[in-house]
Amino acid sequence: MPQIFTASADTRLRTAALLLVAVFVVSLLFTAGFMNSTYLTSVGWVVTQPVPFSHEHHVGGLGLDCRYCHASVEVSAQASLPATHVCMTCHSQIWTGAPVLAPVRASLADNKPLHWQRVARLPDYVYFNHSIHISRGVPCVECHGRVDRMPLLARAKPFTMEFCLDCHRDPGPHLRPRDQVTRMDWSGWHEDPQFARKQLQAFGIQPDKLTNCYICHR
Amino acid sequence: MNAGLVIATLLTLAVSTCDQMRHQPRYDYAEPSKLFADGTSLQAPPDGTIARDDPTWQAALTDRPPMTAALLARGRERFGIYCAVCHDLAGYGQGIVPSRGFPHPPSYHIDRLRNAPSSYLVDVITHGHGAMYSYADRVSPADRWAIAAYIRALQLSQDAPAASLTDDERAKLDGGGK
Repeated sequence: MPQIFTASADTRLRTAALLLVAVFVVSLLFTAGFMNSTYLTSVGWVVTQPVPFSHEHHVGGLGLDCRYCHASVEVSAQASLPATHVCMTCHSQIWTGAPVLAPVRASLADNKPLHWQRVARLPDYVYFNHSIHISRGVPCVECHGRVDRMPLLARAKPFTMEFCLDCHRDPGPHLRPRDQVTRMDWSGWHEDPQFARKQLQAFGIQPDKLTNCYICHR
Repeated sequence: MNAGLVIATLLTLAVSTCDQMRHQPRYDYAEPSKLFADGTSLQAPPDGTIARDDPTWQAALTDRPPMTAALLARGRERFGIYCAVCHDLAGYGQGIVPSRGFPHPPSYHIDRLRNAPSSYLVDVITHGHGAMYSYADRVSPADRWAIAAYIRALQLSQDAPAASLTDDERAKLDGGGK
């Protein structure tokens, strides 16, 4: 009776089994890496805009406060994009012939809004309100990064659920005095080691409640 | 067998990148819309529409609030955000934007503006003046009074007669002021 298995059959079986496990592990690792990659989170990916607006120039160079353009950030869920009127507050007099600003002038002339592309966006199942974060002293830079160093705007933080929860679980170290929220380079955290605790107490912030589902999903 | 596993893995990946209700059939803030001629869902209300809180909003414009330290503090903050870029922090009109080519605004420390009523300052913020655009869309009526109050404080800071100071304050002034 001839042999059913060749001499190398055992080696082949072992190799196949090993390959199977390897492929499984590698695909798991790849999936995990992919989910956290900037390809999915968009971190650092510049978005093409109708006008190459530079936060570096306007915030870092000129020192405009965030609220000069994003005027509703303190009183509304939306930080709001500035109307063309706001751009033209200065650009009706400065850089009036610049080709790069032609879409802004056309927008004012035709009364048609500029078609800005959203950079910082959350999924539709997330509830987010700017005003409450500002009024409790969460600085802009905490989520939006150093926009004063971005010639073209890109997302600075991953905006994943993990990112939101990291802060909601332990908000204290992320907070600042209310009048310093729009500062990009503020570093006075260490002046008062009790500041975080005082801030939490003053506003009645309870980190254990901040991680309830309904806080962000409503 | 291996090929099947690879396909299964790819499928899992493909599903994991699906929409998952990220985009729900409703408009986000300022989302584009094909329904309207100007292409945005952010439509201006029809002419003559009044919001429920508009009368309160407008009333704040006619009545000057009493001068308080809180009003000045609010005015100082708002002034720093919206005004100082042109008028500079002391109100001489030497802000960073004029240094880049914007026409210089007048200094607050001239007789015409020292003698102008606060309502004039509020009116300029509301309607603009010369090259200055209206700030009505960025500064609420109550805040306009706060800014006007702070401008008054700025004017006083540059034009207080030395005789009106206490001895302590005069001692702090190098050379005794003017």
